[in-house]
Amino acid sequence: MALRRFAVQFGLRAQAPVADLAASWGRAFATVLPELKYAKSHEWAKPQGDVAVVGISDHAQGELGDVVYVELPEVGATVTKGETFGVVESVKAASDVYSPISGEVVEINQALVDEPAKVNSSPYEDGWMIKVKLSNSGELGDLLDSSAYEAHCQH
Amino acid sequence: MRRSVSKVLPQLLRSNAAASSPAIQQIGFKLHLVRAFADDANLKRTALYDFHVAHGGKMVPFAGWSMPIQYKDSIMDSTKWCREHASLFDVAHMCGLSLTGKDAVQFLEGLVTGDIAGLADGTGSLSVFTNERGGIIDDTVITKVSANDIYLVVNAGCREKDLEHIGKHLDAAKAKGMDVTMTIHDDRGLLALQGPSAMPVLQKMTQFDLSKFYFGMFAKFDIKGVPCWVTRTGYTGEDGFELSIPNSGMNTIAEALVADSEVRLAGLGPRDSLRLEAGLCLYGNDLEQHITPIEAGLAWTVGKRRREKFDFLGGERIKQQLADGVPIRRVGFISAGAPARQHSDITTPDGTVIGEVTSGAFSPCLKKNIAMGYINKPHDKAGTEVKLVVRGKANDAVVTKMPFVKTTYYKG
Repeated sequence: MALRRFAVQFGLRAQAPVADLAASWGRAFATVLPELKYAKSHEWAKPQGDVAVVGISDHAQGELGDVVYVELPEVGATVTKGETFGVVESVKAASDVYSPISGEVVEINQALVDEPAKVNSSPYEDGWMIKVKLSNSGELGDLLDSSAYEAHCQH
Repeated sequence: MRRSVSKVLPQLLRSNAAASSPAIQQIGFKLHLVRAFADDANLKRTALYDFHVAHGGKMVPFAGWSMPIQYKDSIMDSTKWCREHASLFDVAHMCGLSLTGKDAVQFLEGLVTGDIAGLADGTGSLSVFTNERGGIIDDTVITKVSANDIYLVVNAGCREKDLEHIGKHLDAAKAKGMDVTMTIHDDRGLLALQGPSAMPVLQKMTQFDLSKFYFGMFAKFDIKGVPCWVTRTGYTGEDGFELSIPNSGMNTIAEALVADSEVRLAGLGPRDSLRLEAGLCLYGNDLEQHITPIEAGLAWTVGKRRREKFDFLGGERIKQQLADGVPIRRVGFISAGAPARQHSDITTPDGTVIGEVTSGAFSPCLKKNIAMGYINKPHDKAGTEVKLVVRGKANDAVVTKMPFVKTTYYKG
């Protein structure tokens, strides 16, 4: 996930990755779940057979602040590892969300249309974004485990 | 200590060249570089830097300064707190300056649209500096302390440009024998205390009677024993005060204010939400060098007396625009879908582009997307249905009167 427009009103229009903000804001103590796999761009994937559930991490939602709008792909769309599949808007910023894995979108979290703040309140459960039928389950092995991701966030 | 601008200006231009520019767009890019390659050693710090860090401020580069964008409260909560209680903002990155001398008013009136001579002593007003084309160089709050003492606050991001502009005209005025001196108040900081609790909180710390001190008024009095210059103004739409404080007293007053349970610290994030809800312009977004005050909906800043002679920079163009009208106008929008931010296209329902958004965000108080932008006439009328285009998707929007949230200035 990268902040597409971090605080545009303040002239900070250049792309600023969340990792940069994390370092400067010094936020710590975000939750990570051991059963999930994480991308350095702060999305998670939860394998369930040949499907993976995808969302953004607690660390990412904390950096973004109040989420006010979530834009998701349609069911049937193809997502590609490392490429953007959606946008999360907070009060101040629009951020691209990158897919941690490749495949076909089989379900989207319709509840986020009316209640985007679920991404803040429950990033790993109610705030999930899409379910993807994996086209290459080997990609899961490229993702970080929870301890490596935690270290990445504190870096 | 006051320093004259002629000594300060060359230094400032050097030290600030990398981080300040008239074009906010460039500032963003350059600030990003500053952030990427250096620590905040390259950024200026206000007297409250350590105070901000100690209170959990998330410091970001802004117009060459390291400033808190928010503290522990979310931007949503912080915005709402200000409307219901009181918020304290460090705005010491803004540039305070004075023009003094018997010709100070006459000199300044050559550069701004306001009727400064007509202001009562101890009162002030929003005004704009214009260029030869009538475009806005900066917006500024101008206070007439007395007939030969004018106090102004200009935007941090416009500081070098403004000082150069004023300095150039000052040199010419002095060469003609005019009596006017510019003083930059870098020895002072600026705090804004805003919200319905601002008056009761501040009254506890001063003998000065705030009940007769109305919106736009200015006075010098002690707060917690520190000699302050106080203006009843702000950038939130709420009642409140801006306090110009000697740097040595900034911590004393900030600590005293946040010790009151009604006051919470607020950063640039909520400040921007609040000003947008109040329909107030941000220079670099909603105001630019090519935009005139008439197009910006700020015709009211052109004083009645000034409309007799239009004897300020670009006055001819302003006179012509007032007579002939202008083809575009700044208006507000409420929209569905994703929030429309700066540079989103405004279109008719059938897709013809008729304008551009200059500021936009989700309103924490209204729980709706709000925006302002410039739109071609005759689409500027309140209630007109338009589309705001976000990432290729045209979302429903309606032209809406501003302010979006009712202002509560203290007018007695």
